[in-house]
Amino acid sequence: MILTFFWIFGVIAMGSALLCITRKNPVASALWLVVTLFALAAMFVLLDAQFIAVLQVLVYAGAIMVLFLFVIMLLNLGRPGPSDIKGPVGLLIAVVLAGAMLLQLRTVSDSPLPEAVRLPAGTLAAIQQQQGIVGSVASPLFETYLIPFEIASVLLLAAIVGAVVLAKRKL
Amino acid sequence: MLLTPALAISAVLFTLGVAGVLFRRNAIVIFMCVELMLNAVNLTFVALAQQLGVGGQVFVFFVMAVAAAEAAVGLAIILAVYRHKQSVSLQNMNLLKDG
Repeated sequence: MILTFFWIFGVIAMGSALLCITRKNPVASALWLVVTLFALAAMFVLLDAQFIAVLQVLVYAGAIMVLFLFVIMLLNLGRPGPSDIKGPVGLLIAVVLAGAMLLQLRTVSDSPLPEAVRLPAGTLAAIQQQQGIVGSVASPLFETYLIPFEIASVLLLAAIVGAVVLAKRKL
Repeated sequence: MLLTPALAISAVLFTLGVAGVLFRRNAIVIFMCVELMLNAVNLTFVALAQQLGVGGQVFVFFVMAVAAAEAAVGLAIILAVYRHKQSVSLQNMNLLKDG
């Protein structure tokens, strides 16, 4: 049952990702990417990552994609014009290279996980039952990964300052 | 049990992102393909977190923070380039090209 739903959302994600990279209009591309992100959020729920799914909808589908659409509209790229997809030679090279990459990724992902590092089934669900869905992510974030968390906040500050400096004509 | 399909779907999504970067010329669409690749990796992290512990979900959090920073700075760069060139097509960015 869960597997069926997982494949349904997986096919939605892959199909809309394909539409996203083949649409000529950047606005249509962005909207198909939003569909992919929502399907991924649904898959995160099925993989016991409900908090990450909420973040995916709020941060990715909400904030980042609005930023993309805002820039597309600001630059007036939605109007019809010549296609930006490369010609047959470029397309062929892209498909061959991407196919080679897919083969390599499939070979890597088919190799089994070593049993020694694998947790017994249901461990993650048990931790979530005990600490709550948010708590199970928050406690490692603020204990084990505290220093990376602080570095991430510095990174975000640098990004804010950088974006303002780049976008402003004169400081 | 969801690990195998999750890794397969993630591989396909990443490949679609790579293909998009290779055959599009619009800088903003290429940016969206990079976001697609980041999301494919997030799916791998979440699927493996189910088997190997909650650290994978914490790492998705960091990937999202980096993606947000990258989107803000990248789109600001695209805006700055558009102001100079009146275009976001990578075909027009050939300053280093010979002849």
